[in-house]
Amino acid sequence: MTTPMSAAPEPDLLYSADEEALRDAVRALLADRSDPATVLAGLESALPYDRELWRALATGIGTAGLLVPEKLGGAGASAREAAVVLEELGRSVAPAPYLTSAVIAVTALLGCDTDQTDVAGPLAALAEGRTLGVLALPLTTAPGGAGEPTVRADADGALTGRVTSVADAAAAELLLVWAQGPHGPALHAVEAPADGVRTEAVIPLDLTRPLAHLTLDGAPGRVLAAGDRARDAVERALLTGAGLLASEQLGIAEWCLAETVRHTTQRTQFGRPVGSFQALKHRMAALWLEVASARAAARNAADALAGGSPDAPLAVAVAQAYCAPVAVRAAEECIQLHGGIGMTWEHPAHLYLKRAKADQLALGAPGRHRAALAELAGLSAP
Amino acid sequence: MTDAADLRRRTADLLAAHPPATTERLDFLRARFDAGLAWVHFPEGLGGLGAPRALQAVVDAELEAAGAPGNDPGRIGIGLGMAAPTLLRFGTEEQKKRFLRPLWTGEEVWCQLFSEPGAGSDLAALATRAVRDEKEGWVVDGQKVWTSSAHLARWAILIARTDPDVPKHRGMTYFVCDMTDPGVEVRPLRQITGEAEFNEVFLTGVRIPDAHRLGEVGEGWKVAQTTLMNERVAIGGIRIPREGGMIGVAATAWRERPELRTHDLHQRLLKLWVEAEVARLTGERLRQQLSKGQPGPEGSGMKLAFARLAQEISGWEVEFLAEDGLTYDDWTLRRPDGVDFTGRQAGYRYLRAKGNSIEGGTSEVLLNIVAERVLGLPPEPRTDKDVAWKDLPR
Repeated sequence: MTTPMSAAPEPDLLYSADEEALRDAVRALLADRSDPATVLAGLESALPYDRELWRALATGIGTAGLLVPEKLGGAGASAREAAVVLEELGRSVAPAPYLTSAVIAVTALLGCDTDQTDVAGPLAALAEGRTLGVLALPLTTAPGGAGEPTVRADADGALTGRVTSVADAAAAELLLVWAQGPHGPALHAVEAPADGVRTEAVIPLDLTRPLAHLTLDGAPGRVLAAGDRARDAVERALLTGAGLLASEQLGIAEWCLAETVRHTTQRTQFGRPVGSFQALKHRMAALWLEVASARAAARNAADALAGGSPDAPLAVAVAQAYCAPVAVRAAEECIQLHGGIGMTWEHPAHLYLKRAKADQLALGAPGRHRAALAELAGLSAP
Repeated sequence: MTDAADLRRRTADLLAAHPPATTERLDFLRARFDAGLAWVHFPEGLGGLGAPRALQAVVDAELEAAGAPGNDPGRIGIGLGMAAPTLLRFGTEEQKKRFLRPLWTGEEVWCQLFSEPGAGSDLAALATRAVRDEKEGWVVDGQKVWTSSAHLARWAILIARTDPDVPKHRGMTYFVCDMTDPGVEVRPLRQITGEAEFNEVFLTGVRIPDAHRLGEVGEGWKVAQTTLMNERVAIGGIRIPREGGMIGVAATAWRERPELRTHDLHQRLLKLWVEAEVARLTGERLRQQLSKGQPGPEGSGMKLAFARLAQEISGWEVEFLAEDGLTYDDWTLRRPDGVDFTGRQAGYRYLRAKGNSIEGGTSEVLLNIVAERVLGLPPEPRTDKDVAWKDLPR
């Protein structure tokens, strides 16, 4: 029997020229339209996200369709490219529903029978950024954690039930609902807004990723996939979401480190830049090592997902278990090493702390991913 | 010598003469101050009896049992914890008589005008200027920051630069500043929690009579050390029962939410519980040393431990709460009267705790104090100590 370690395929952990070009385009857009000051100013507006920015990102640059084959209306790229987009979104902490719509909902639809127009139609709309879709599960749901549905479907396809803490649900026009029907669990499409669909906004810790509780009361739904196919589609969506979230966490950590280095180089106390003190310098150097390691872990997950590798579940669990705490630590260090200014609302550091902390809970906390590794790496619990 | 029995008798006399049920709150507090039962370790005539500090607990217990009103220490913490000990040590008789009674009763709230945008960890670099005017007073100009209670305060303790031509530690003077002076402007400073617990204070041509100077001209740094020492004791030295503070909140969450438990979170909670219990015991040991008159060096480390634990435990709690950890109670800009580190909900506690390692001396500065004053390690080479303040890089 081979161990999981010896079975690990050789991953490509670098960025291709095309990926770097994509990064440049996304970074330029975000620098122009969504710098931290802009994000801060828009935080307490009633808008769940910046629609103009989303259009430019999703349709203008065409990032919404990166995971979708060209024949289905997408760009025919892969998880590697989507990961680069998420790195940049993390770096700018932009409120854009990319992870929920262009990654998780799109992956769920790709797991259904795309020869059917009921599937191909919404998929093309999501890929073009015309429609916003979300998989209606709590944001905390880990791969393997969808469990039994909390929503029931009757014989006519009407859905009733409640799903809590769904990210970007209030703005979504397409809800992919995991529901228990007369013939077992199935994935249903529900158009929103509609009669029988109610979203109740939650005050989120991370104001850049809106959450809502979703209540369905006889909402009209269409079955997209049933049985094992539906289960696999949901599972693949969660796995892809968790794996690519690691790239967002990498982007958060990178910004926090870069901003901390910049600040401590400029801030003078005791007659010298505070970054010249070894006690601080060493902390930033240690953080750099963690960020470099997080990059390797995140690239490995993206590459495994892109190639459909059997190693993907392990790569994703490693990436989440490692990158989630790195992002939190980087954001916490960013605030501490900024001193008082880092505790103020007007400095953007808190946006990164709140996103990093919420991301730590999203798609399974690190402990959950370590527990998954017990199985995947053959390290059984005592 | 005042002993516990004597204090019980004096407390009974106070209660008999001013029954809490039929006495106005403020009248009772003034009578308590005048009876020397406000802070028994203060001198007679200034709210105390010159008794050992530990005996205050005797008075407090008797008064609490009788349902007597308190002076709301959460609201006047800066006055009680910082201004009062500084006034006691450096104030003139006139200043002590004028300020201590309304400070203790809460009739006059105090705030602290120390930190500046350019002078945080390096407080001695502060740039707010106080210049003598022709009428035996001072005119103050500058900007202060991180001032809690400034919007409620009647008075402030203030350090300002009075001589820019000497090295920074030598050119400062300590004052009592009238917060109702027309040159004082207070603006709320919003924090990452959404609320404005602190303020920015702009001082423009503020007049301070020389009679409101504390200590000698140029000795402001020495006076400020008394204030800062008391601040750190106040933050790190609160007596708490087992499972008091942040660990109690986390332990309660664990007990009440069995459906959220995992092995990973369990092991981490137990580790934090042990650390919190040991921090509590370290504080208790310090208090026992102090009561025997042998202050131990552990005191310097207490605030460090408190900050680290508050941050780790509140971070654990947010993670434990999963979906509830993704929520917040209210982002509205509010100006609270005080702060409760274990109040509101998990997200607030997590965010607020981030300030614990910055306010009242950053953890980095405190580690230097431990390294240099406790362990006796040589200090970092300093280029800023013997240079005139005006010639320092900024």
